[in-house]
This record gives sequence, structure tokens and C-alpha cells, in this order.
Amino acid sequence: MEIRGRVWKFGDGVNTDLILPGRYLDLTDPEEMAIHVMEGLDQDFPTKVKRGDIIVAGRGFGSGSSREHAALALKHAGISAVIAESIARIFYRNAINVGLPAIECPGITEIVEEGETLEIDLERGIVINPGRGLKLDFRPLPEFLRNILKAGGLVPYIRRRRDGEV
Amino acid sequence: MRLRDVGKTVAEKILSRASGVEARAGDYVEAEVDAALMPDLTALLAFRAMREMGYERVWDPERVIVVLDHSAPASTLRAASIHRELRRLAAAQGFHLYDVGEGVCHQVFAEEGYAKPGMLIIGADSHTCTHGAFGAFATGVGSTDMGAILATGGIWLRVPETIEVKVNGELQGRVSAKDLILHIVGLIGSDGANYKALEFKGETIKALSISSRMTICNMAIEMGAKTGIIEADEKTITYLKGRMSNPKEPVRSDPDAEYLKTIEVDASKLEPQVACPHSVDNVKPVGEVEGEAVDQVVIGSCTNGRLEDLEAAAEILRGRHIHRNVRLLVAPASRKVYMEALRRGVIDILVEAGAIILSPGCGPCFGGHVGLLAPGEVSLSTTNRNFRGRQGSPEAEVYLCSPQTAAASALKGEITDPRGI
Repeated sequence: MEIRGRVWKFGDGVNTDLILPGRYLDLTDPEEMAIHVMEGLDQDFPTKVKRGDIIVAGRGFGSGSSREHAALALKHAGISAVIAESIARIFYRNAINVGLPAIECPGITEIVEEGETLEIDLERGIVINPGRGLKLDFRPLPEFLRNILKAGGLVPYIRRRRDGEV
Repeated sequence: MRLRDVGKTVAEKILSRASGVEARAGDYVEAEVDAALMPDLTALLAFRAMREMGYERVWDPERVIVVLDHSAPASTLRAASIHRELRRLAAAQGFHLYDVGEGVCHQVFAEEGYAKPGMLIIGADSHTCTHGAFGAFATGVGSTDMGAILATGGIWLRVPETIEVKVNGELQGRVSAKDLILHIVGLIGSDGANYKALEFKGETIKALSISSRMTICNMAIEMGAKTGIIEADEKTITYLKGRMSNPKEPVRSDPDAEYLKTIEVDASKLEPQVACPHSVDNVKPVGEVEGEAVDQVVIGSCTNGRLEDLEAAAEILRGRHIHRNVRLLVAPASRKVYMEALRRGVIDILVEAGAIILSPGCGPCFGGHVGLLAPGEVSLSTTNRNFRGRQGSPEAEVYLCSPQTAAASALKGEITDPRGI
């Protein structure tokens, strides 16, 4: 799987309350969640973000609550991948499970600035900033997690397994 | 290569048993879940995921527990609709449902005897790690993971390495388990145990009540940990007597189990601790933040809403009245806690002191139900998170502390060392 997109860059400690505040926990429609994505940090983010954009962040992205609303809001706002210095574990699972690639890549915040473009190869574990000719390696996702992503998330993955397709 | 004949940690033993393979740290396993716990606001998404996976009914209604706690009673039409749908599903499928007013899901789960030593407990709430206090492997996941559990009873897990936290020395007067765990969060950092298990041990931990042990394990997630575990002992067994059938044999780490690292803490020198805005690991001794004015004080949540917490606050508030600039909100963690506090006169003391008693449940902790903060306001709270915007406005500030510090500060209208009252 290869991903290419424009970068939005955030710092350390972007927790789930910043990605989607608790007052929106009673939403059940992911498109409505997307309207409020990153509202805790930048009120205008939902109108600025475009389909295919990539989020680059520092340490502890997605820490805090188990609310899958955070991963869903990002995905339905059009984000194609989250690549961060480190990612909190529940958010990591949630992102993969809803089909949003989440990548831990130490050093990522040093090779890219907001507005630049990144290219990510999930299978080979490589991220490239083509504008500056910079490249970083990351530990590729285990194969079965890549298979969940390829299926489009855990729901289609389990459905196919149930139907004997995988 | 690590030696394969060394002993196992509790986490490795429980995940080996639940997966049917010899599981070691770093392995990925598919495990069978012993209990699936869900609060209201994530549960409906899990049931939706289950249906989208092609399954109409939960795999085992006896092992599914839903508690309506986050928006309890419902504060929005959307939450009311979620509750109505969950009640309908419970009636149709026969899983356990605890309705609004019964309490926070983690407190209800423990009181009803669902949390047992050696179990694999998965919850659609990040504070599911609370049940590590019973010697279980308990961790939080999102709604799609929970949907897969509801459908199949299984989950994939990476077996975590374990960090050993040894605590020795006696906690001094009005210094509590909350101060201890805040101190540990400060030491380890908010992502210092990411993907890891924490094992809490030592004479201080042994001496803690079950309620206090729940406070400790509750905050494992605030260090990024997958779970926090305290070995079951006589106190655990005593607590569980009459609440459970078929006790599993308590699981203990082998003496030669391999730990990623060991952290030692001397509890005897610990002062009351406060986590300052806007991260849980921004922890300072209370003396460094004394005098900070507060608008609202919150006592409650799965961290500190139990009887011993309300009693500790009442002991300080007895015969006194809170500062006129302060709102004191108290949310008992469960109906049982509430009733016992009533019987013991604790609620009288709190109400006479000026407290507002909220219905048992999550209360103001997550900023989606009651007690929201206006821009510029300051909250001092016995809950577990102080992220920006957590209890209302992003321009508000949340400090975290023990029930003792909360009560003392409510009296003075500013952050106050409870040892001086």
C-alpha cells in the first residue's frame, strides 16, 4: 500500500480529547464526527483539511480515551494516514481497525514541515519527503495488520473471514 | 534470543491460558475473552460493528456487560436514543445491562463480582485497566475491536513486556493511593509505559484496600500502559466472597519472570501530589501549587468515587462549609457506594458542607454530561485526566488530586495541602 498526501503537522501529546472532545461522544454518524475533528486544537481544521491529507505528529498521538470516534473523525475528514513519533496503543488499534493507516516513525517530525508532501510505503516501511529528497525507514506493520488495512478495516476483514474468503 | 525456560509474568500467564499457546512478551496471540464490558457511549458503535461483520447476536450473553454510565441519566436526545437502543438489545439478546443510576461501569463490574483473578477482561473504555486490581489482565479497546469480540469472542493482542513497580514504605496521614499513582505517573511519563504492562507490588501495595488498588490500576492507561496488575491475595479473595462463583486460582508472576525494568518507590516520604494542566504527568507536590484559586471541585469517577474516597473527604469537611466561590460536585461511583455513604452519614456531612451530590456515574469527568467549565475557570478533580478541554471549555484548566486534597481545597477556595487542615 502506498500513500501520498499533503502534511498537517502537530506537536506532542495530541490526545483524544483534542482530536474529538467528550461532548461529541454521543454522535454515532462518522460524518458528523468529522465536522468536529481536531476542534480541541484548531477550530478551522475541519474546513481546511482535504481528502488524502496526512497527519504528522510528535509523541503520544491519540493518548487517552478509547473513543473510536477520534479515529473515525480523522478518517471521515479525509485523512489518509497518521505518522507520528509514537502513537498511543488504543488509538493505534482503533485506527487500523477502521482502515486508517497509523505508523510509528521516530524522527518523522524532523524531515517534514506542514504543507509539504509525503510518500509512504507501508509494506517496505519507507517514508519519503520528495520535495527535499529525505527518506526515513520505519518498522513495517505486521502482515496481519496490513491485511486488515487492505480489507478496509476489521469489519470487512472479519466479514470476509466469516464468509470463508480469507 | 531470550531464554525460553525463564519464568513468566502474570500478563504472560493469563494470555497463554486465554490463547492456548505458550505466550511470551512480543508474541501476537488470538485470545478468548472472559468478559466484555461496555459503557453506554461506545457500546452502540460496537453492536453496529458486530452487525456489519455479519453477526446478529453476541457470542455469549453471559459474558457481555453493558453499563449506562457516561450520560446517566441522558443529558442529550442522542444519548437518550443510544440508551433506548441498548435496552432494546439487552432485552432481545439477554446480556447483562445495568441502567442509569447504577454507577460507573468499572465500579459496577467489580461490585457485581465480574472481575476475578486470572481473567482476560476487555472493555470498550480506556479505564478497563482498573480490574488489574483483582489480578486480572484487563485492557481497553475501541468499538470495532469490541464488535469483533461480540461477534466471535476473540481478540488479537500483542503480549506486553512488563515493567515492575515496587512500592515500599507506609503512606503518611492524608496521603493516599491517588497521590502514589500520580507520583508514579510523573516518574514514568504519559507514554513511558506505552504498549507495556505494569505490575504493582511491594508492602505498600499489599497494605492498600481493594478500593485503593483500583485507584492505582485505574491510572495505568495514563502512562500509556496496556494494563496494570496487582497480584490477588487474601484481601482480593475476601472481597470476592459472596460476589462470585467458580473462583479461578490466582495467577502470580514466577520469581524468575523477566521484567523490562524495575522502578522502586519509597511511599513513606510521599507528599500529596497534584497533576497540573494540561497533562497527567505534569505532577507536582501540592506545596508547589498551593494558593491556586479553584472554581469547581469534583470528587468521583472510576478513580476516586468509592466509599473510602467520600469518607476521606467527609472527614475533612465535617462541621465545616466550603468556600463561597467554589462549587463542590460529588458523584458516588455506584448506587451501592451511595447507599452505604448514606447509611454512614457521609452524604449528610458532604451536603451540609455545601456539596452537590450527582447521580452515580461518570459525572463531570469527561466533560460530556454535567458540571462543564466556562472559559477561564479552574477545576480541581479527583478524576483521571486533565487534558485541555476535558471538562468543558478548552480555555479552562483541570488539576487532578486525591479526595483529601480536593476536600481541603474546597474549604479554602484554593489548592490546599490537606495535612494542614
